[in-house]
This record gives sequence, structure tokens and C-alpha cells, in this order.
Amino acid sequence: MTTVLEVSNLRVTFGTSVAAVRDISLSVARGETHCLVGESGCGKSVTALAIMGLLARNAHRSAGVLRFHDHDLTRLNERGMARLRGDKLAMIFQEPMTSLNPAYTIGSQMAEVLERHRGVSRAAALDRAAELLARVGITAPGMRLKQYPHQLSGGLRQRVMISMALMCEPELLIADEPTTALDVTIQAQILRLLQSLQRELGLALLLITHDLGIVARVADRVSVMYAGKIVESGPTAALFSAPSHPYTRGLLRCIPVPGSGRRDEPLGSIPGVVPRIAPDFVGCAFRDRCDHAIPSCSRIVPLRFGTSGHEYLCRLEGA
Amino acid sequence: MHAVAGVSFALREGDVLGIVGESGCGKSTLARIILGLMPPTEGDVLVDGRSLSSMDRRERARLIQPVFQDPFSSLNPRQRVRDIVRLPLAAQGDIPAAEQRDRVMQMLVRVGISAEMADRLPAQLSGGQRQRVAIARALVLHPRIVVCDEPTSALDVSVQAQILNLLADLRRDLRLTYLFISHNLAVVEHIATEVAVMYLGRFVEQAPVDALFREPRHPYTRALLASVLTPEPGLGVPDVGLGDSYPDPADIPSGCRFHPRCPLAEERCGREAPDGIVRHGRLVECLLA
Repeated sequence: MTTVLEVSNLRVTFGTSVAAVRDISLSVARGETHCLVGESGCGKSVTALAIMGLLARNAHRSAGVLRFHDHDLTRLNERGMARLRGDKLAMIFQEPMTSLNPAYTIGSQMAEVLERHRGVSRAAALDRAAELLARVGITAPGMRLKQYPHQLSGGLRQRVMISMALMCEPELLIADEPTTALDVTIQAQILRLLQSLQRELGLALLLITHDLGIVARVADRVSVMYAGKIVESGPTAALFSAPSHPYTRGLLRCIPVPGSGRRDEPLGSIPGVVPRIAPDFVGCAFRDRCDHAIPSCSRIVPLRFGTSGHEYLCRLEGA
Repeated sequence: MHAVAGVSFALREGDVLGIVGESGCGKSTLARIILGLMPPTEGDVLVDGRSLSSMDRRERARLIQPVFQDPFSSLNPRQRVRDIVRLPLAAQGDIPAAEQRDRVMQMLVRVGISAEMADRLPAQLSGGQRQRVAIARALVLHPRIVVCDEPTSALDVSVQAQILNLLADLRRDLRLTYLFISHNLAVVEHIATEVAVMYLGRFVEQAPVDALFREPRHPYTRALLASVLTPEPGLGVPDVGLGDSYPDPADIPSGCRFHPRCPLAEERCGREAPDGIVRHGRLVECLLA
């Protein structure tokens, strides 16, 4: 399996007070879907922006390895990154309204991607754009290309974003909550589209989501993120059959599952909120919300190993 | 545009009617009509036999209250929590200030907001805490009915569970009746007693919650349920056979509104409207049910 994205020991801090990403590592192979899952504030979106080189100016990023194919992303300047972004390395953002330029038509924005990266004519680019809009299930694509973002519903805008990311047939797609704003039937359609693209093009997909249902159904590998750290990771089947970190287990207990018949019992929940972590933080960030915390959790967090590449950060042994 | 086209239902005290449907189905418009925020073009909303349109705003407020999806935009960012929750009491015009303050504090405790948090501004609270404030504000007048429009959709999973548990407790303790609108079928199955499936402005199926989830009869309901991605690895992403199109409320199909997307559609489905069909003891607007 060819590794398309390799990330090792990635750290991102904002100013001197917030450590948003604290030493994480992950990789995505050709044709593989790796899901990065976590709730608000865990650092998953910052991770995506760090990989893309799109962090805010007060952010400080460092990594042992940050490699896309044989491009060392830590050594590429803004021009080098701009050549990759939208072409071989594409991203779908969480907020389609703020990611689409309100002053340009959909067609104009989509065509620009191909025009800039591949030098094709506007007409050819628009043809490709229409073809992609149709693939994500947008009817009358010719009409949509002439519209402005504000004329589309949230769900349509999200689908436009997905098409735009696919214009240059990327090799790595980073999708940050790509189906959150969409209805379940459309979500299923989009996820199936992404899977067929993987089969056709060998697309590597880093899918960021808070939805464990999506993760279970589409991921080959999963990394669970909490307060800037990956607290559990591994092949999907292994992680779901033996969820080992208390946060992962807590998350799974929170989800109502249709047909489970447990309706009169309260849902599992995790009391408390995600903490803000300073750069000098030591020990396990989950300890204040964890039923199994002991004093040593504020100092040491061992790395444990399950079967076939399943690992987690916790003093507890075995699920 | 017919956003809501012929919806009829009756709720008993303590019921939770879950309304599920996708974008453009009209569920938020229906919520606004029931809340009295917009008048129906036709038809009426009765509470305990009395028409909402015959009541003034204050009386309606004592009967029906909302909890909206976005806890940030539904709270005044410039007011402290205690004043946000006090406003419905103050707006009634006849409740003494001391009583207002007491009722506010009681309700805040009830929803899990501490006295210290009562002095904060919304921006100083988390999403879950803000939603608790919105719930406290909705309940401070002891209404009969609470219309919840996607109350947990903007919240993280772990927080969503806390809020759903709170809503379930409050319903039991305060004998409330809920209209619970959500696109999340698992959440609706957890909290509702009765479920209505809405499509392009109509209820296309309605049944008690267990019956609907165990045995959905309308093809749209079946497609919806089949699309839900449960956290079970190895099952993949289902193809529910709806094709690529999506519903447009500005262009409603003839006959059965769902027929262009229906995997079972026959020729007559484009001609005959299946309005009001009752089969197997429930509303199921399908000629083939």
C-alpha cells in the first residue's frame, strides 16, 4: 500500500497559551479512508488546516514528518503549497457558506480551479464542472453553474464544495464534516460517491467527523482525538469490537441506536466539558471526566497495544 | 409555495410527537405556525379545545414555548442568563419582581445551571449550557406544550445525550407535551411516543414510535430508516434506491409527492394523490401500502 500522507509528531500551538494539537501521528494510504473522530475543541479541524498549510498567523506548527507523497510539506513555501492545494491535495471545509466566494458564480469558482492548475480553457473547465455537479446529484447543473452561492440551500452548497474539491482528481482529499449539513439520504449518496471515487481513482481520504456511525461504515482506520491528542487508533473493526479508551467507550454509550429498545433508560453521557490545554500540560486530559482516573493519571499516560495495530493511551489494560 | 399542505394531528398531554423529515419538508414552517409565529393560510391550531388565533400573545406564551436549534442565536448575546430567563415572566406584565427572580433561580437549578453561571453572558457558556438556558426560558412560564426544533443538532454527541436526558426528565416531572422536530431518527426513536414522517409539506406516515420503527410502511420512511448509519462496522453505506434527485418545495410533483424518487412507483402514482389513506391502523399516504 502506497502511503499518500504521512504525519508524525505534529504539534500546533496558538500563541503561548493554547496547545491545540499535541504530538499526533497518522497516515493515509492510496485508496484508504482514515477517519479522524472527535468532538468540538479536540483539534481535528486544526489538524486538517495544519496539513494544508492554512493555519492562522499566530499558529505555530511543528512536525517530525509531514509528507504528501514525496513532498515535504514543512519545507514548501506558500507558492509550493498553493500549487498542490486544489490539485492533488484538496480539502472540503466545514462551513460551505464561508468557503465559497459570495461574489462569484458557482461555475466561475469551479472553473478557476482547473484553469489555474491545469491550464484548460474556461469552456472545458465548465464542462467538467457540470459533469461533477451531476455526479453529486445536482440536477440542472448548467443552471446551477450560473448561480451564486446565496441562491443555493446549505445542502446544495455542500455538494458544490465536494464537486469543487474533485475538479482536478486529487490524490488526497481532506474532508472536514462533509455531510453534517446534509439529510441522511443525501449523506448516504455522497459517502457512496466518495467510495466509488476511491475505487476508480485510488483517492486517499482523511475524513473528519464527530459521527461514529459514519466512521463505522466508511473508515478503514480510525483515530479518536481528545484535547489535542489521539487517544485511541486502529483498524475500524478492531476498535469497534474492543473500544478501550474511556472516552471512546463514553462516546459509544452516548449514541442512541434505533431498534435497541432501551428507550426508557437515560442515554449514557460524559459529564463535564473538554478542557483547554496549555502547552506545558502533563498527564491525561480526560482525567477530570473519567470514572477510572487515579492520581498517576495526572503524570503518566502509558501507550497500550491491542490486536493488529490497535493502540490507545490509558493506564487501563485490555477492553 | 405550499410549505405545509394539509397536516392534521392531535396530541395528548404527555405525548411526544416526533416529526422527522428532510430539508424542505416544511417541519420548521409547521413549528412556526404552531408557535403562533406565523398564521396558517388555512386551518387552525387548538389547545385544550381553544383556538390559538383567538388568544393574545401573552396567553399563547403561557401555553406553548419553543426550544430552537442554535443556542447561540436564540439567546440575546447582550443579556445575562438570569435576565434572558426572566424575560417571559416580565413580559406577562403581572408577576411581581421578587416572584420573577425566585422562579428564574428555581428553573435554572432544575436545568443544571448554577447561580454563578446565571450572571454570565451567553458567549461565556458552552453550547450545552446555552441550550439548558434556552430550555429554562421555555419552561419558566410552565407551558403545556414545548416545540423543540432540532434542539440537539448543533451539540456534540456527549452533550446531546445530557440534553436529551434533561428533556425526558422534565417531561415526566412537569407533565409536558412535546413536539420534537429532528432529522436524527435515532434521537427521535429515543424520545418520542408517536412519530410523523413529513415529506414536501405533508405527513406521509404517522404511527406510535415502536410500530413505525419496527415496521415502516411508507417507501419514504423505509428509505429514511435504511439511510441511518448505525455505528456497526462492516455494513457499508446503503443504497436506498432513491436515485440522485432531491425534493424541491417550489415544484411539487403531481399525484403522490414522492413518486419521482420512489423505487416502487407505478404509473398511477403520478396521477392519484394518496392523501389521507389510513391502512393497518395508521396514516400511510401510499397507494401501494
